[in-house]
Amino acid sequence: MLEEFTWPFIVGHLNYWLFIVLMMTGLYIVVAKGNLVKKIVGLNIFQTSVFMLYISMGKVTGGTAPIFPIDLNIDPDVVYSNPLPHVLILTAIVVGIATTSLGLALIVRIREEYDSIEEERILEIEQAIANAENQRHGQAMGGRAT
Amino acid sequence: MTTENIHHVSASLGDHLPVLVVLVPFVAAPLLVFIGSRRLAWSIAFAASAISLVISFLLLMRVIGGEVISYHLGGWAPPLGIEYRVDAANAFVLLLVTAIAVVVLPFARESVRAEIPDRQNTLFYALFLLCLTGLLGVAVTGDAFNVFVFLEISSLATYVLIAQGSYRDKRALTASYDYLIMGTIGATFFVIGLGLLYMATGTLNMADIAERLVDQAGNRTVRAAFAFIVVGIGLKVAIYPLHLWLPNAYTFAPSAVTAFVAATSTKVAVYVLMRFMFSVFQPVFLFEVNTLEFIILPFALLAMFAASFIAVFQSDFKRMLAYSSIAQIGYMLLGIAFLTETGLTAAIVHLFNHGITKAALFMGVGIYALRLGGSFLDDIEGAGRRMPWTSAAVVIAGLSLIGVPGTAGFISKWVLVEAALEKGWWLIAILIVASSLLAVIYVWRVIEVLYLKAPKGDVIVKEAPLSMLLPLWVMALACVYFGLDTDLTISAARAAAEGLMAGTSGMR
Repeated sequence: MLEEFTWPFIVGHLNYWLFIVLMMTGLYIVVAKGNLVKKIVGLNIFQTSVFMLYISMGKVTGGTAPIFPIDLNIDPDVVYSNPLPHVLILTAIVVGIATTSLGLALIVRIREEYDSIEEERILEIEQAIANAENQRHGQAMGGRAT
Repeated sequence: MTTENIHHVSASLGDHLPVLVVLVPFVAAPLLVFIGSRRLAWSIAFAASAISLVISFLLLMRVIGGEVISYHLGGWAPPLGIEYRVDAANAFVLLLVTAIAVVVLPFARESVRAEIPDRQNTLFYALFLLCLTGLLGVAVTGDAFNVFVFLEISSLATYVLIAQGSYRDKRALTASYDYLIMGTIGATFFVIGLGLLYMATGTLNMADIAERLVDQAGNRTVRAAFAFIVVGIGLKVAIYPLHLWLPNAYTFAPSAVTAFVAATSTKVAVYVLMRFMFSVFQPVFLFEVNTLEFIILPFALLAMFAASFIAVFQSDFKRMLAYSSIAQIGYMLLGIAFLTETGLTAAIVHLFNHGITKAALFMGVGIYALRLGGSFLDDIEGAGRRMPWTSAAVVIAGLSLIGVPGTAGFISKWVLVEAALEKGWWLIAILIVASSLLAVIYVWRVIEVLYLKAPKGDVIVKEAPLSMLLPLWVMALACVYFGLDTDLTISAARAAAEGLMAGTSGMR
């Protein structure tokens, strides 16, 4: 297992190492940060790492930009990079932007209603609402509802 | 691609059905925003859903015998072009989704008017249609990346629809936000999995991936891809430990949205899971067998008990049903984890039967919320006498949720027990029955409150309007009908299971 980790292996997979680091950074921010905006930032970093995975995947050693010459005289010796992952990521970027903007819009509405964008504070408020609800409805149920 | 290969065959409208089922709601959504008339919005949405329903029915009739329709988008042949591929499995899912949409929309009309400000109504129906588009697209497509795109279309629409509940309870906003975070993590995991699959196979067409995966079972990239895809879709399915977004999202969303989303979106995600487990990856793939047996199966059992147990202690009917949904998803996963044709049939039948059952129950909750101001158990005290029609339908659907003989829920649990016994796992068969007993407890709590308690206060409560009662009863009667006449559901599910189990040969 360990003998696989030679220097050329490590350097040769640089893009994957970076992808993992970025991905974990993003995921960590989403999980660990209590600020709703920071969570969205983390989510963005997480998604960007995937863009990197795809884009670096399309690279062919010695390949050039996948654009055919205008006269369509294709030289069979020229190597092109794979454009498909790039195209896929264009779609994923659009999805990412939609998610980010929707997330931020929700945060604006949350700020209006709760007057805070800190998760802890919001949870406190929600707990208070839930407790009040349970008290009201629990008593009516003969104290059975918890 | 060389030009000689392109055949110009004149295609009739019938040949375009696989794409039309998605295009009709997709085009109708912006259309009703441009028209901008509040009254027309509902009619257009309903018409678009109805057309999709008819198309889904025609598609199912064509493929129920085991044929496969392959539609090439824009005439580009797969694997280069995007392919829409309809077989019995996804035609069945298409039918479920469109049927629920057509039934929920008439119900939504009153419910939405009461729960959402008038000025938002047009946009609400546009989003509803976009959500429908996404779900149908996920079901119909045969291209792996296309699944992601449609999944995100439906998810983004769902986040907004859930947030619309904020006009009644501000917690809908945080529920929607949580769902957005978890849903996006799930979708991104799914894309990572697809990326790894693309690295291993160099293609995105599902059938093509399946063929190229056959001799790659030991490849670590493929294993990582499998893990990422299962976890990613698992978040959307709400597999037990990944279910945390679900209870709040279902509880605080507007009633009509809950009825639609609960009955369709997790079901479509279950379908995607099945498609990837059986058609793209092969069931013979040892790594997958282990995952199913040692991870999915225990979690499915855990979901059946833990979620039902939590449901018993809820004081809000709507939240109780949300937890019950998590438990019911456990049954579907159990059917998948059996890895047999009968198990898969059970999963697909349950997917359908639970869809109609939950739609009926959540519509009942919506009516209580409209007439009694809430769905807490003390809000609905004595409603059985004041709203006899609504409550009777809720009871029928509740019985179907338990799985009482004569209802749809019984059929799917029967097939599931049969599948367990077929494998010789009698202990699991007992557990299935035992967990249904938990369902008896929480459904009984509701029936008790509805019928055996005196109504609160002297306020005269009117029975629900006909436009809400009718959809509710259609679903309740469907619960009974599919419990007695199992021809359509079982045979379609069996054809679907056969197609899925056939693996690559089924795809080609």
